[in-house]
Amino acid sequence: MTATAVVTGIGVVAPNGLGVEAYWSATLAGRGGLRRITRFDPTGYPVQVAGEVGDFVAAQRLPGRLIPQTDHWTHLGLTAAELALADAGVDPATVPEYELAVVTASSSGGTEFGQKEIEKLWSKGPVFVGAYQSIAWFYAATTGQISIRHGMRGPCGVICTEQAGGLDALGQARRMVRHGTRLAVTGGTDASVCPYGVVAQSATGLLSGRADPARAYLPFDADASGYVPGEGGAMLVVEDAAAALARGARTYGQVAGYAATFDPPPGSGREPGLRRAAELALADAGLPLDAVDVVFADAAGVPEADRHEAATIARLFAGRPVPVTAPKTMTGRLYAGGAALDVAAALLALRDQVVPPTVGVDRLAAGCELNLVRDRPRPARLGTALVLARGHGGFNAAAVITSAAPVITSAAPVITSATAVIAAADREERN
Amino acid sequence: MTQSTLFTLDQLRSIMRRCAGVDESVDLDGDVADATFAELGYDSLAVLEITAQIRQELGVAVPDGAIEELTTPRHIVTYVNDRPAAG
Amino acid sequence: MSGPRPVDGGRRSGDGRRVAVTGIGVVAPGGTGVKEFWTLLTSGQTATRPISLFDPTGFRSRIAAECDFDPAAAGLSPQEIRRMDRAAQFAVVSAREALTDSGLGDGDVPPERLGVSIGSAVGCTMGLEQEYVVLSDGGRHWRVDPRYAVPHLYGYMVPSTMACEVAWQAGAEGPVALISTGCTAGLDAVAHGCQLIWEGSADVVLAGATDAPISPITVACFDAIKATSPNNTDPAHASRPFDNRRDGFVLGEGSAVLVLEDYESANRRGVPVYAEIAGFANRSNAYHMTGLRPDGREMAEAIRHAMGWAGIAAEDIGYINAHGSGTRQNDRHETAAFKDSLGRHAYEVPVSSIKSMIGHSLGAIGAIEVAACALALENQVVPPTANLEVDDPECDLDYVPKVARAQEMDWVLSVGSGFGGFQSAMVLGRGRA
Repeated sequence: MTATAVVTGIGVVAPNGLGVEAYWSATLAGRGGLRRITRFDPTGYPVQVAGEVGDFVAAQRLPGRLIPQTDHWTHLGLTAAELALADAGVDPATVPEYELAVVTASSSGGTEFGQKEIEKLWSKGPVFVGAYQSIAWFYAATTGQISIRHGMRGPCGVICTEQAGGLDALGQARRMVRHGTRLAVTGGTDASVCPYGVVAQSATGLLSGRADPARAYLPFDADASGYVPGEGGAMLVVEDAAAALARGARTYGQVAGYAATFDPPPGSGREPGLRRAAELALADAGLPLDAVDVVFADAAGVPEADRHEAATIARLFAGRPVPVTAPKTMTGRLYAGGAALDVAAALLALRDQVVPPTVGVDRLAAGCELNLVRDRPRPARLGTALVLARGHGGFNAAAVITSAAPVITSAAPVITSATAVIAAADREERN
Repeated sequence: MTQSTLFTLDQLRSIMRRCAGVDESVDLDGDVADATFAELGYDSLAVLEITAQIRQELGVAVPDGAIEELTTPRHIVTYVNDRPAAG
Repeated sequence: MSGPRPVDGGRRSGDGRRVAVTGIGVVAPGGTGVKEFWTLLTSGQTATRPISLFDPTGFRSRIAAECDFDPAAAGLSPQEIRRMDRAAQFAVVSAREALTDSGLGDGDVPPERLGVSIGSAVGCTMGLEQEYVVLSDGGRHWRVDPRYAVPHLYGYMVPSTMACEVAWQAGAEGPVALISTGCTAGLDAVAHGCQLIWEGSADVVLAGATDAPISPITVACFDAIKATSPNNTDPAHASRPFDNRRDGFVLGEGSAVLVLEDYESANRRGVPVYAEIAGFANRSNAYHMTGLRPDGREMAEAIRHAMGWAGIAAEDIGYINAHGSGTRQNDRHETAAFKDSLGRHAYEVPVSSIKSMIGHSLGAIGAIEVAACALALENQVVPPTANLEVDDPECDLDYVPKVARAQEMDWVLSVGSGFGGFQSAMVLGRGRA
């Protein structure tokens, strides 16, 4: 009997909210966290805007001994993992140690820590590289530190597929649950808003150079000019459904389906793999295409990529105007944190029966005529969400997330709950 | 570089705080001179980091064999003050 | 909780698929290509020498196991050489050799059924460092100069690019990933490739790992924690796993890629099978990022589960390819793990560390060691532990000192251990000619 993987805890560290409820109410209120970069002075740089986790102070969140030996990326990851475990209401010490797993996505590792150390090496000499460089920069640092901090001795994993990583890590967590793991911490964070990180990112030509945060990241818009990078992400607690039930856990939803594909080599003329990833994920979930109630888009913000995604969605759903959204317009693309945050948003959408908005999009580009949920959240009957992610170089991943509870069929309770959530968000916005 | 003044426990505290942080249960400003690094919550990596920082700031290197002998803050302060700085 | 559930999945779960190794490609110190690699391993010669890839003056450890690698001679084009980090070059060349070795031609595998799983601990370190020096003008500027950014700079920053390069080489459109669990990444990436086949997500996977970390920042970071051997006056003998004089690992570089294939498909093609990958498990010590407790209990746990998955007992193991990095703590840790998991048989089975000859290439070495295990099974020969002369009372097993040994074996165990506390174990079974 194949174990079912459910999500019982969510921890979020996002540019527009620290903590899952702060993130969600900001997201429903359309309140974004994009602004002019503050981690260094971006004057003269090709990229001016990013999503930074502004109100995060490591000393308020983490033990003093852990902070100097880890990068900001791991600070965010450790914090999100702790929040997720608390949200799940589980103390890892109560779970058999080998049945606890950690698998995170990573993209550029401890970028800022690494830049500091490499600067010391080249400006002063090799003896100036510290003892923590060996454990802070490499891509496995966050997984390792989470494992140690929470005594998780089962399988550990680190997956690097750029922006697709969060879904690939989730897929791996589900595999682990099917193979004897009772509880896995999964997801990812990213933090590469340092000079070397930003310069490297901008070398692709895919990032927006606009200085106005409100106009920089406009996926599917006629005025799209690329994307904005961000830091942060989400960690999720994934459990075997039977174990979650046995301990009376609250379940957000199920990881019902997952698939990954890779694009053909550039210039081959073959179809990119996004559509197939979505189809495989739905087949994996045992669900037909018309079961999908909302799509959380990859939303690259690059015109050609946007057109391809829009065409893929249109083709997948045979013209049915399934609601599509990109709350990442409020955070930027978070690389290793991005897809995990999208899954968190999808789970919250299912919980509250409301689609979070895409902000800033004014006029849909030709070829991007999607049913994009813009500016304001939209109450809807939601039982199944499809989350899409594409990683630089050709990675495609898709996840099918389904509700924990059966969706209420009579209209009134659904509208009431969604309305209440939106009303609360409105009040917040006015304050 | 030569050392003109003695290296003090306070200076060591400052290096420890900056490079390796402080455990929440430890009062580094208290009577710690003879507590072991392990008791103070500093593992072998932390001691390596602290001695590396001393080398960088003061020019005093601690050879591999000697590090294991330096188990308390007082040991390090004494070691540094007994040694000439690197030329 | 309901009754016993299959732990670690794999071979005996799913629809019963099995994984065959039908192709191998290697770029290693002392030999590019499987033939040269195996010749080195069985000769007991070492490929550790003074660092030549950069000037190591001022560094504590000035030795490494470097690959004599000419990318153009290895078949890479000028643009490939320009845009690919050295580690990516290794991976692509290894992948090509493995594919040729497997006999799989264009069109034999539908692209969507071909996957890629590449491991790496430190990604495109050399490329990142070389470009950093220019952008920062020698470390002078925190705000590095964007005008000097090359178009492929982002490709260096994200290690996933290396998996892309291998996928592009092979035209793979199935699941593709870069696995980065530090020094167990090589084993873990091969295991991930197997998992894709076991669960039916792919029929063929190019699985392996690569690292090219012989660059100032990496050498300096290991200097800082005194993990590498400072035996600069005797580089050829500096990597001494299990020897009582051991004083750290010798940094290496290299790559290995295997063609993993559904066993039934290999049978249908009638191709030789080096080995079957029969079981895998990983655990974490959750103790310390670099420290290891002497009891090796989590590695023992991984070994037990890998064996259980493969359906074998301790007595079935004919050879253990150790992690054997040559640090004081590692070799003691894993000796304890072998005794804990294999009992008496730990004293009867030959154990060797090929890091004694080709150094420790971090994320790559796990895959290189799996390749060595597959070759050991094919040839029924166990590579030695070079430089082993002085016994350590805490390491009292048969480590095959200095000379390769003919050994009849049906099952081989390969283990790995790495920063972050990760412990991995893989069981390979004999293939067929």
